[in-house]
Amino acid sequence: MAKRSAPEVNAGSMADIAFLLLIFFLVTTTIETDSGLNRKLPPMEDQVDPPIIREKNIFTVLVSKNDQLLVEEELADIADLRSLAVAFLDNGGGVGDEACDYCQGARDEASSDNPDKAIISLKNDRETSYKVYIAVQNELVAAYNDLRNREFERLFPNLEMNFVDAQKQYEDPRTTPETSEELKPKLDQVKAMYPQKLSEAESTKN
Amino acid sequence: MSKFKKKKGGDLPAISTASLPDIVFMLLFFFMVATVMRDSTLMVVNKLPAADQIQKLDKKDRVMYIYAGKPSTRYQDKYGSSARIQLNDKFATVDEVGAFILAERASKRQELQNVLTTALKVDSETKMGLIQDIKQELRKVSALKINYTTRVGDYTQNLN
Repeated sequence: MAKRSAPEVNAGSMADIAFLLLIFFLVTTTIETDSGLNRKLPPMEDQVDPPIIREKNIFTVLVSKNDQLLVEEELADIADLRSLAVAFLDNGGGVGDEACDYCQGARDEASSDNPDKAIISLKNDRETSYKVYIAVQNELVAAYNDLRNREFERLFPNLEMNFVDAQKQYEDPRTTPETSEELKPKLDQVKAMYPQKLSEAESTKN
Repeated sequence: MSKFKKKKGGDLPAISTASLPDIVFMLLFFFMVATVMRDSTLMVVNKLPAADQIQKLDKKDRVMYIYAGKPSTRYQDKYGSSARIQLNDKFATVDEVGAFILAERASKRQELQNVLTTALKVDSETKMGLIQDIKQELRKVSALKINYTTRVGDYTQNLN
């Protein structure tokens, strides 16, 4: 008996099935990347002997339970926070070893010695609302970014970008390794000029 | 005689659709790979605050999520309207955060265990007290890298 060839399976509806699946995945897909403010918490162990920090090198920001802002013991508006923080960080009041040759601030003796010593201390109440806290954090980070942008543009004018863009490019996975290698020391240099020293104290109990 | 005979009849030949399934499958595989299904349903109100000095949080396998906020309306009868923490699919108390972080950390690959970030997705109307408690718990298990997840926007949107 002659061999009967197997009947061909009709693949006409394959496209329909594939389309159905495709539409399902299209609908459920969320190609979104979260973004936010990165912070580092202090480790739990108490330091054996805490370093002595002079009062003038600390910039205190306190957010009260009514979401009011107290900057260096004075009531302030959140719109002014960035410029106040920039003025403090960029003051460069130190002399001798502590002098800061790239600072463009007022060189006020009552304010910070140099950006390396300057610490921003952020305190909040348990009743402070989260959104105001984030707004304050955002403005403080913005102050650092402003200064870093300025120095980055001054030191590397031929790159034609600012610190934030350079950082973004560095973190972008599409950037070639050579470019990243080139950017890293530059970024680190500027970061070292204005190190982000932002202390988040535990909130005041009440 | 001629080798190049004119075709008879001017009918357009039908375009072969045989490769259509292949194309669709290609697209399908792309979306299957790119899809990240939301692994936990939100049980809290989660309107994130706005900020503009933000950094991207990519590489999802290195992130642990902690949600907090008021329970959504359909859970309010049961859980009340004060802000709660949500871990995975259920409400949790502050003490459970530490155990959650340790469990999450153990479930990740060895080489990633030291580079994990904790993303705090907290509703803007929450009070800092709860967040402070979470941060304290995170410090206890030394999960020190955190990210306050925000949406992109000007900070003034937070002030009203």
